[in-house]
Amino acid sequence: MFYYINSVDLYGYSSFHPKNRDYRYFRPEGLLDNYLRGIMKPKGNITINGRSYPFFAGQTILDVAQANSLDIPTLCYLAGAVSNGGCGVCVVEVNGGEELVRACETLAETWMIVRTESPKVVKARKEAVRKMLNTGNHNCAVCGTRDASWTDFQLGAQKSDDTTDLCPVWGDCRLQDLAFKYQVQGENTPSDTEYPKDLANPFFVRDYSRCIKCGRCEAACNEVQVNLAIDWDRNDKDASYPLANDLCVYCGECVQACPVGALVEKDVHYSLRPWEVDRKVRTTCSYCGVGCQLELHVRGNKIVKVNGVEGVAPNYGSLCVKGRFGYHFVGHPDRIQTPLIKENGKFREASWDEALDLVAKKFSQIKETHGGDTMGVLTSARISNEENYLAQKFARAVLKTNNVDHCARL
Amino acid sequence: MTNPIGDLEKADVILITGSNTSENHPVLSTYAKRAVKRNNAKIIVVDPRQIPMTKLAAKWLRQNLGTDVAWINGLMHVIIKENLYAKEYVEARTEGFEDLKAAVEKFTPEYVEEITGIPANDIVETARIFANAKAASICYAMGITQHICGTDNVKSLANLSMLCGNLGIPGGGVNPLRGQNNVQGACDMGGLPNVFPAYQPVTNPEALARMEMEWGVNGMSGNLGLPVTVMLPMAHEGKIKAMYIIGENPLVSDADLNHAEQCLEHLEFLVVQDIFLTETAAKADVVLPSACFAEKEGTFSNTERKVQRVRKAVEAPGECKQDWEIISEIATRMGYEMKYENPEQIFEEIARVTPSYGGISYKRIEQDGLHWPCPATNHPGTPILHAAQFTRGKGLFHAIDFIPPAEQPDDEYPLYLTTGRVIYHYHTGTMTMKSDGLNVAAPECFVEIAPEDAQALGISDGEKVRITSRRGEITAKARVIDMTGPGTVFLPFHYAEAAANKLTNSALDPVAKIPEFKVCAVRLAKAA
Repeated sequence: MFYYINSVDLYGYSSFHPKNRDYRYFRPEGLLDNYLRGIMKPKGNITINGRSYPFFAGQTILDVAQANSLDIPTLCYLAGAVSNGGCGVCVVEVNGGEELVRACETLAETWMIVRTESPKVVKARKEAVRKMLNTGNHNCAVCGTRDASWTDFQLGAQKSDDTTDLCPVWGDCRLQDLAFKYQVQGENTPSDTEYPKDLANPFFVRDYSRCIKCGRCEAACNEVQVNLAIDWDRNDKDASYPLANDLCVYCGECVQACPVGALVEKDVHYSLRPWEVDRKVRTTCSYCGVGCQLELHVRGNKIVKVNGVEGVAPNYGSLCVKGRFGYHFVGHPDRIQTPLIKENGKFREASWDEALDLVAKKFSQIKETHGGDTMGVLTSARISNEENYLAQKFARAVLKTNNVDHCARL
Repeated sequence: MTNPIGDLEKADVILITGSNTSENHPVLSTYAKRAVKRNNAKIIVVDPRQIPMTKLAAKWLRQNLGTDVAWINGLMHVIIKENLYAKEYVEARTEGFEDLKAAVEKFTPEYVEEITGIPANDIVETARIFANAKAASICYAMGITQHICGTDNVKSLANLSMLCGNLGIPGGGVNPLRGQNNVQGACDMGGLPNVFPAYQPVTNPEALARMEMEWGVNGMSGNLGLPVTVMLPMAHEGKIKAMYIIGENPLVSDADLNHAEQCLEHLEFLVVQDIFLTETAAKADVVLPSACFAEKEGTFSNTERKVQRVRKAVEAPGECKQDWEIISEIATRMGYEMKYENPEQIFEEIARVTPSYGGISYKRIEQDGLHWPCPATNHPGTPILHAAQFTRGKGLFHAIDFIPPAEQPDDEYPLYLTTGRVIYHYHTGTMTMKSDGLNVAAPECFVEIAPEDAQALGISDGEKVRITSRRGEITAKARVIDMTGPGTVFLPFHYAEAAANKLTNSALDPVAKIPEFKVCAVRLAKAA
């Protein structure tokens, strides 16, 4: 029975109370856990787009929608954070009311009949998206005007980036997705505005000409990573941009959170488009012992980008600077690529057969002459369980010694 | 860790000691930081360095290097004296309390202040905060273990946790933070001189017989093997003739490097299997190129004992082979056939011979990992250890006395040196130093010097400084900053060209055989 207690606890049972709501644990993935499904009693049912869905106490309309794969778009909601930036995109209609409500901050109730794409909702979303498109260099191909000003706007944006390409996140932008979905066009007015920009840091580009002030970066930094490295007053959005201070340790949580092209990895900026990624592979980070879940983006035979896997323990999408930006050693030109044998103090390349035969011969000789206990194996805290298992099996069953250890102490 | 990482967010009090958590386990530290921000949890940091976590801490105690047993005993002294300990828990689940009580009797806050430099009043206040928590978690790392009294330090933390009833409950626990991706797994798999997989002692004849049968051999050794820190000196004496080193770089990571280097040079035959031609590989007779984590299938076990999948994303360059293939080929060529189709097949064998992994399979951990012990295929894993009872039944208190570090400052070497990592680099830097960004962020070795010491030595910020210990000498850039307090300097050990471990002391903990990396004596001078 006590196993069950542990399982419940993993998902933060107590935080299901609406007053004590902790978004970090209150995630749709958690609710899909079979066991939780079995013991948690839904508070009731809510009607969304004519269908009835069960919900739990403390869930917002957005939570219920996401748990049931219903698309309510949002630009500012960040799983794991409490505050939102008021992007106004997640508005829905409840019981035909005049006033639309934000799905991300409205708790689900049994009496609610929600419509997520009513004409009123669509109109409001269009307006919200249009406003954001008009805030900066959103030079995707969504063209609002057919005259020369479009060209001027494009050229202005490209000049500011010193490129002849469209926006660096063209094809990987939530704002562009919405502009396309709702067929919204900005005015694309050329402007002389000088936007803050940071091209100096070695990990990612901060380009506020594409910032929509959704606040996800600020929430990611200050509420999820709690690095407190982004200064911004949400209540006075117009006055400023969310700018980094010198507490920043380049974990890149903000980059992963940014829905637009304001924060982009340097390795990706104008050099990688999403359709050029051949595959994304989920694996476990190879640095410290936390075991963060990574998604490696691979083009050809090369890792071109790394992000944290959202919605799974232990990191729920978070990474550190090493895990996110320290992948260049894979496939680095300095990698040893063939076996090496030392002769007269110098290495020469050798075939596998030659090298393995030599090792087997020398090990066998020393074992015969001096005994297995004159030999030692250092296995590694860096290789897999399977490989560690074989290394100690090799020492014990083949060399016949328990002289096997690894670098845990060092 | 006795508890899962997510538990940190459920603690009322988190005691962090000997761990620069936000730099070395950044993602884990976010749980502690959120606990403070969202749940008003209190963090207590006990560390000689003013690490970033101290900014969020309710209490930061700066102890003299190597005096951990004293302050931990001091906390327990106060907790027992003020009757704040968990009486029912101690009664029902532990033994040896009277011995503990007697041992901590002399550790009055005043006596502790004398040894540790922590004000007596802070000991009393911290003891109260810790004891009054509903759930208090203890996190530690190498700052606790890399001492000649490392084992004592860990046992003392376990004493403190049990005394307040924090072992086996959500949000509690004694939680070592593993510094490398698969330290936990390497230990679980029997990559240690004294145990088979799942910590079955090699000296236990039954375990030995079982493994011999499983592996189809006889004549395996039932004697304890040598730990790495003993193997190397034995090589120097000619008692170890050959070594097979996989994925390790002791020539940057071992203590007293100059000596370690001589040891390796005495070997008759050295094989190194690695992804780069490291300082250690350069000494080898044969170097075997292996695949890195992104080029292989397999599993790692993280610091919370969770077995997670590793998946192949790219092909290994050139002729690199998987480590498991290389080991199998050598074994087979030596007349012991090791034949596996893939890592999954090896894992199936692991599950068969490793009781705590018995119920784990690739299929079960495809989406999410499992915490061992997981003895059966229908067992859900064990996120929290010691929930109903301890492994040995009752938790045993150890009566422990304080012993000072092996090396103390004197007239010739008047300063303490301690070492650690920076956020931008990892261990000996063979991986992180291949990323330009990380090199820009942390390009070179530095030595942190307190402003008082810098002034006395006439050293200014950014100047090159020569740091000398009884064992070696390096040069690094001075960073004049109030991090370690006067009398102590700090060096990161990543940089081979200014290897901090040329200076460190290889004195060992008698039980764990871990070197005292965290304390030695040095002198500083402006580099000419």
